Amino acid sequence: MYIWPYTVSAVVCHVCKCVLVLYLQFYNEQEAKKYSQNSRMIEIQTQMSERAVELLSLPEDQPCYLLDVGCGSGLSGDYLSEAGHYWVGVDISTAMLDVALQRDVEGDLLLGDMGEGLPFRPGMFDGCISISALQWLCNADKKTHSPPKRLYRFFSTLYSSLARGARAVFQIYPENSEQLELITAQAMKAGFTGGMVVDYPNSSKAKKFFLCLFAGVSGVLPKGLCSESTDRGVSNQAQFTAQRSRFKNMKGKSVKKSKDWIMEKKERRRRQGKDVRADTKYTARHRKPRF
Amino acid sequence: MKLLTHNMLTSHVQGVIKGYPLIIKATEVKVNELEFSAPFVSRMIPKLEWSALIQAAEWLGQSQDLPSTLIPDYEKDEEFLRKVHRILLEVEVVEGCLQCPESGREFPISKGVPNMLLIEDE
Repeated sequence: MYIWPYTVSAVVCHVCKCVLVLYLQFYNEQEAKKYSQNSRMIEIQTQMSERAVELLSLPEDQPCYLLDVGCGSGLSGDYLSEAGHYWVGVDISTAMLDVALQRDVEGDLLLGDMGEGLPFRPGMFDGCISISALQWLCNADKKTHSPPKRLYRFFSTLYSSLARGARAVFQIYPENSEQLELITAQAMKAGFTGGMVVDYPNSSKAKKFFLCLFAGVSGVLPKGLCSESTDRGVSNQAQFTAQRSRFKNMKGKSVKKSKDWIMEKKERRRRQGKDVRADTKYTARHRKPRF
Repeated sequence: MKLLTHNMLTSHVQGVIKGYPLIIKATEVKVNELEFSAPFVSRMIPKLEWSALIQAAEWLGQSQDLPSTLIPDYEKDEEFLRKVHRILLEVEVVEGCLQCPESGREFPISKGVPNMLLIEDE
């Protein structure tokens, strides 16, 4: 099938004939080769892989067994090999994997869709990195399983594939805050803790987002990099935990009829001097519909 | 596909309970040479499902006097570690397929890359 200027790759995931098709369209044989030979691209990917491995906080001087999700043509994998680690790469594009094979990468490659879940036994990997790949899970058209479902299936299988105390670091380019929230919500649902590390938050060009997830043991979130002269007012970390929080809607007000809303309304009426019943353990308790 | 990876792979088709270990039906096998790293091999041995590894080695005709159960104190035995290194990282399946022991569903291997993509109903 020829859609100018791309040729759709012969491998199309049957479940998601969606943005994955777009990914395969972008990275057909020619594009995959161009992507991997572009020296600027290689430089950026290598730098991001280096930072991701740094954030993994692996024990020093120990060869580890790592997972590279969305390994593509193996640019990030090469960095892992150079750092002395052994790795397994998963990608959905045969074109990109073919380039990886041509480049003779040392890691073992798998053709697979991360949204279908990872096909591994529990507790196998010492860590996981993913460079510029997670955003492909977030978009989908109506024909497919919903992105949250795919994200959850990916994160839950990743959580089980990682050894206790292992980390997963994802370099992403988040489109907007909704996308970020979607990703973090599914990751937390799968059992991960962790947060976002932002490098160079004040530079629009150098700004990089790394989602750091911990499997099993809650770790200290690493600090994001920032240039010397920046104003320290901008925080470059966002930590999230498994704690539940009371939700407020977009305007900062409580959701109507919720406990928060009722308590606030009672306070308001007390301030107005009106006669208000005392708060007890029954205040704002949910009543059955026939009440 | 190296046997180290095979030892980790299961069938992730929904509804399958025991999709491990995947049966290897290889039509082309290759043996490479890779630098030996004793610390890595001794760290990986406890993670391995040893019986699955021996079985996989037999399917490929590469069992070559590997013991059927893990010997204690393997960390000091360099010869043993070298044998394990060979079977884990140097033997590679280039063409063939992986079959789920429960459902019989096959995952083809082409150019050393197993195709784990699921179809619509899985």
